Amino acid sequence: AAGEKKPGEKAPREKKRGKKKTGEKKPAEQKPSQRAVGEKKKKIKRHHASRNPVLARGIGRYSRSAMYVRKALYKRKYTAPETKIEKKKKEKPRATIIKPVGGDKNGGSRVVKIRKMPRYYPTEDVPRKLLSHGKKPFSQHKRRLRASITPGTVLILLTGRHRGKRVVFLKQLGTGLLLVTGPLVINRVPLRRAHQKFVIATSTKVDISGVKIPKHLTDAYFKKKRLRKPKHQEGEIFDTEKEKYEITEQRKSDQKAVDSQILARIKKVPQLRGYLRSTFCLSNGVYPHKLVF
Amino acid sequence: VFKRFVEIGRVAFISFGPHAGKLVAIVDVIDQNRALVDGPCSGVRRQAMPFKCMQLTDFVLKFPHSARQKCVRLAWEKENINEKWAATRWAKKIEAREKKAKMTDFDRYKVMKAKKMRNRIIKHEMKKLQRLASKKGKKPEKPEKSEKPEKPEKAQKSAKVQKAQKVQK
Repeated sequence: AAGEKKPGEKAPREKKRGKKKTGEKKPAEQKPSQRAVGEKKKKIKRHHASRNPVLARGIGRYSRSAMYVRKALYKRKYTAPETKIEKKKKEKPRATIIKPVGGDKNGGSRVVKIRKMPRYYPTEDVPRKLLSHGKKPFSQHKRRLRASITPGTVLILLTGRHRGKRVVFLKQLGTGLLLVTGPLVINRVPLRRAHQKFVIATSTKVDISGVKIPKHLTDAYFKKKRLRKPKHQEGEIFDTEKEKYEITEQRKSDQKAVDSQILARIKKVPQLRGYLRSTFCLSNGVYPHKLVF
Repeated sequence: VFKRFVEIGRVAFISFGPHAGKLVAIVDVIDQNRALVDGPCSGVRRQAMPFKCMQLTDFVLKFPHSARQKCVRLAWEKENINEKWAATRWAKKIEAREKKAKMTDFDRYKVMKAKKMRNRIIKHEMKKLQRLASKKGKKPEKPEKSEKPEKPEKAQKSAKVQKAQKVQK
């Protein structure tokens, strides 16, 4: 009954609109087209309420076929049905592939399935996990940077082989780590990543406004590389892995490119070079919580 | 034994409390523990203040007891207490302490370098004198010579320290 009311209501409305349309065709040609567009928009916007009254939750009064008629879906066909020729012409993804096979009498090639059936079905199904919310993977985490750390700040590294060294901050990388450089000639710290938490930010800043840092210095550039192809040989597994880290030419050239720009600015500030060369240390009577950095 | 007394007009330095670090003049004594105090030129309103938080200075102003703020101000400005205070060693020590606490890491480095340079100069001169003295043998002129040239050294030292302080600023 509720469903029936609404089509009834809509009908007289449509009639009224029709009257308006015809009545006002005369004044200007622009207006009816606009109004037609407006009305079309309105027509599209007005979604009809459900034409299938609810008997109980999940149970409607009319069957699928009855609803087909009630919704007039026979009038609402937007794509033509696929003909048999089109179906045949449709490209299916490849199911098998032909691979060469070695050996003398093996016939040269085999036909291999690309998507194979699973080789193991567990006896018990894995239970469905409950929906969680806001648990993002690391790559989508929000990266924060302390307000005291801005490009050009002198940082004191606290961990790692360069602990205690004072170093110039360049920028924050995609994973949140800080890109930092000695510069190399001053304190033997190369372009390196440092963690924000293990660093003291001093209030000393170098003006790095015009310095251009090459764009290829990202986390992938600095990530440690590990070889994984020992070919299952029992002996000499440890030799094949990179024991010694070798400085590539690219690193050297990048270091030079960045450092040359920064060194010029460091020279302008008196005593800054010596400051960067020195290391930070605590002694008697020096308490970090009382120091102003 | 005691040189500074609580009297009307005594200028006191407030050591702790909300007005820590300011100078006030004692206007009147209320009882054994409190005084009526006023610091028109140092931003302290006329109020009662316990003696415990006051430290007496060497300055005394002249005004009658319970004089109003205008009189206290006049006396203060006449004696130029603010400038006199800034010239005392007490105030300078306080200032130096504050500056030291505000030193940044870079400043500490610069001070270290200045001190090192200064000490090197002093040692150098000392060694020179010692060498001279030892060369000349056991002559009684030794102690005199080692003492006198130190004074011009001190002038140099102070120049270095001033440089360091300027750098700090």
